Amino acid sequence: MSKVVARTGNEAMAEAMRQINPDVVAAYPITPATEIVMIFAKYVADGLVDTNFVAVESEHSAMSACVGASATGARVMTGTSSQGLCLMYEILPIAAALRLPIVMCDVNRAISGPINIHCDHSDTMAARDFGWLQIFSEDSQEAYDSLIQAIRIAEDPRVHLPTMVTTDGFIISHCLDRIEIVEDKEVKEFIGGDRKAANSLLDVKKPVSVGLLDLQDYYFEHRLPVAEAMKNSKKVILEVAEEFAKKFGRKYGLYEGYKLDDAEIAIVALGSTCGTAKVVIDELRAKGIKAGMLKIRVFRPFPAEEIAQALANVKAVAVLDRSDMWAGQGGQVFTEIRSALFEAVKKPQLLNYIYGLGGREIDQPMLRSVFTALQSAEKQPLVQYLGVRE
Amino acid sequence: MVKETAWCPGCGNFAILGALQKALAELEIAPQKLVIASGIGQAAKTPHYLPCNFFNGLHGRALPPATAIKAANPELTVIAESGDGDMYGEGGNHFIQTIRRNPDIINIVHNNMVYGLTKGQASPTSQYGMKTPIQVGGVFEEPFNPIVIAVALDAPFVARANAADIEQTKEIIKQAIRHPGYSLIDIFQPCISFNKINTFAWFKEHTYYLDAGYDPRDRQAALAKGLEIDRFPLGVIYRQENRESFNSHHKLTAPLFQSKPDPAKLAALIDSKL
Repeated sequence: MSKVVARTGNEAMAEAMRQINPDVVAAYPITPATEIVMIFAKYVADGLVDTNFVAVESEHSAMSACVGASATGARVMTGTSSQGLCLMYEILPIAAALRLPIVMCDVNRAISGPINIHCDHSDTMAARDFGWLQIFSEDSQEAYDSLIQAIRIAEDPRVHLPTMVTTDGFIISHCLDRIEIVEDKEVKEFIGGDRKAANSLLDVKKPVSVGLLDLQDYYFEHRLPVAEAMKNSKKVILEVAEEFAKKFGRKYGLYEGYKLDDAEIAIVALGSTCGTAKVVIDELRAKGIKAGMLKIRVFRPFPAEEIAQALANVKAVAVLDRSDMWAGQGGQVFTEIRSALFEAVKKPQLLNYIYGLGGREIDQPMLRSVFTALQSAEKQPLVQYLGVRE
Repeated sequence: MVKETAWCPGCGNFAILGALQKALAELEIAPQKLVIASGIGQAAKTPHYLPCNFFNGLHGRALPPATAIKAANPELTVIAESGDGDMYGEGGNHFIQTIRRNPDIINIVHNNMVYGLTKGQASPTSQYGMKTPIQVGGVFEEPFNPIVIAVALDAPFVARANAADIEQTKEIIKQAIRHPGYSLIDIFQPCISFNKINTFAWFKEHTYYLDAGYDPRDRQAALAKGLEIDRFPLGVIYRQENRESFNSHHKLTAPLFQSKPDPAKLAALIDSKL
């Protein structure tokens, strides 16, 4: 049985964390993610969870504490955003290389400078190459559901990789939403008891060394399994999603197609923008325009083949990036999709729009203008900035 | 005058801003000769409300750029100003290494014993037992003692002030600006919204001013004063002029941007290596 409640994204994530009941949470306050661990700290104090909560002096220490705790075999979670995530960058690839299934609530926020506290995806996108699974959410419900699924995915022996579930700063994190909450015992059953660590620092019969020097001789061999696990994780993500749908009714995949099957023009987006886009697509459909969307849920691993296949019959596609790579050739999502389509025999004409940096509003008229441009895609420049003053 | 700030009405930051303005005015430091580097937090917004050059660094990162700004242009008065969470927590290692390096800068720390910007979590200087939404069972960590640490590292000038006493705080800031080398001023500052324990009244009751007989050149006495935590001593706790500053070490007297290479010197250097 599930119940319908009103929750912000931060509250929904804290609620999922309470139900998951991790062994250790280490965190440092940062807007707009502070609330997640603040609410969770109350659960710790009220005895609703068995978690050891570690309040540290920086995010670098938070992620280091997570790595330490996870290496002992504990189930570990944390939450952060923007510069907090940046300060963790040194430790993020270590968590992946050590195959520690830490699960993070990551609230997408622009990175400095200039200093900004509002939503874009620059923080999370810059962390895309560290060996973490990355799951984006359109709303609080998806954040809640994905966080529960993330524990199963990260801890699956075929994966054993850290995972971040993201919401959009303020847009999701602080906005009240209608969500369905699953019963505590159902979550407990779903995640299936304690973490079963293959190697644990607490196993006195089988001592292990963690984080050692590894040079030309074996470093390469020790990094490759991360790539292999990342590949394997696609299957695991789908299996876990299927079981979740069976139990709780809500379906998830690597991506979601919205009126995509017969679409002639489509956008690709991730996060909260997809909700606004659905309204615009419905309007265009009512006018007889065959518009659609491919919403990316999982950015790491990148579902390249699946996306190439899903976009094969669309005439023109605009990829919406809420971050820039500053490489002069579009955003991170765009370059991934362009690369995914390179070998495809049938493929759409691609455009890229970089939008919403630093929390700049993305509204229906702006999205309508993208669909209008797609109707004469061949006349458009490859990469454009949407909603910026000249 | 500042018309609008992000601070709550009644915030201790207003008094610190006032004391700083008065000190700068009385020392006739021109705004164009002043740089304030800050980090993240309510205290870090202080230079937003002053006509001055301002480097807004990231959380905890005010001291390295302040050191470098002074190194590149010794004609500037350089202040690194932020809160206790910024300077002693996330920037804690910079705090220690900066005192060791001893640049000729003034380090003003608004010490309200709480994280104000993120709405009330314990900071490094939060006192034992303080309950917050994160430290629900009360703070159990030893509070950071910046005075003892600064004296232990032989900082040239170490002072503590109380924001409520604008005149005394102003005088301490003036002394710090005039003192060569690194100066620390830890200023007790009530956070009226998120710290209901360490209020204006609490700081009044738990502090006293060092009397005229106290000798701030006595390092052992300064350490003893730093260890007094039932009632915190206010005033200049330690001062000395024995240490070579970072700036005197690299002997730059004029701003770096005005320096020109001396071809004769360069030629001599090259010849000497042949």
